[in-house]
Amino acid sequence: MNASSGKQLRADLIVIAALLLLSGILFLALRLGRREGGVAVVRVDGVETERHLLSVDGVFPLNGGSNILVIEDGQAWLSEADCPDLLCVRQGKVHYTGEVITCLPNRLTVTVEGGDSNGVDLVVG
Amino acid sequence: MKTKKITVMAMCTALAMILSYVESQIPSPGVPGVKMGLANIAVVFCLYRLGWKEAAGISLLRVVLVSLLFGHVASLMYSAAGAVLSLLGMIGLKATDRLSCVAVSVIGGVLHNVGQILMAWVLMGPNVVYYLPVLIFSGTVAGVVIGVLAGLIVKRVRPSA
Repeated sequence: MNASSGKQLRADLIVIAALLLLSGILFLALRLGRREGGVAVVRVDGVETERHLLSVDGVFPLNGGSNILVIEDGQAWLSEADCPDLLCVRQGKVHYTGEVITCLPNRLTVTVEGGDSNGVDLVVG
Repeated sequence: MKTKKITVMAMCTALAMILSYVESQIPSPGVPGVKMGLANIAVVFCLYRLGWKEAAGISLLRVVLVSLLFGHVASLMYSAAGAVLSLLGMIGLKATDRLSCVAVSVIGGVLHNVGQILMAWVLMGPNVVYYLPVLIFSGTVAGVVIGVLAGLIVKRVRPSA
């Protein structure tokens, strides 16, 4: 019993350490790949509905007014939402490519993507 | 014997639902999907005390009931994806008998979050993958806490049914 629980403890620790390591590696890999973004792309149910340049300040009601997108000083955030938990509002401001604000109840995401200011997709070699 | 088993399962389901409700009252730290997974205490307990079919039944019943009572329609899809993947992982890992219920709970916590990310990927596109690192981390930490608690309860509650 004691021998086997000792073995189990070691195996447990290996599993836990491996998962922590995995999350660290993934975190660094995703972070290293990020760059300053150019546009905020709004998707509902995974389908793009609109996109707004981060270089132009503005306030945009999304998805028929369920969420309010604010763009100011090159950053984008959701200032209001009609869902009870307001998680999307608390996710704060985004500006790096790949950063996402997610509103699960309205199945809405705001993703920062690359792309220069005239709206042409950036080609990365 | 059979009546006792049904009663224990009903109690575990009720407990899992109460724990889900208690957890829904705890403010979220701001990343969707980061949570303690308190209800998994009841599921892990059942997995060790009653068996894998009973644990799966309790977990899936809880997901459906809690989503209907406290959640929204979308939450059912995320919870169900998380619960199914989490159950498969925990049942498989327990069957190997190489790890304690702490590691089983950790795998359950992480896979629950991975399942939710996969569902979010299907519903909202691949960008949700950016949540994966923090959700694997939080699932691991929460899984350790839940696994230790469940282990204590399994040890202290007399075997029944």
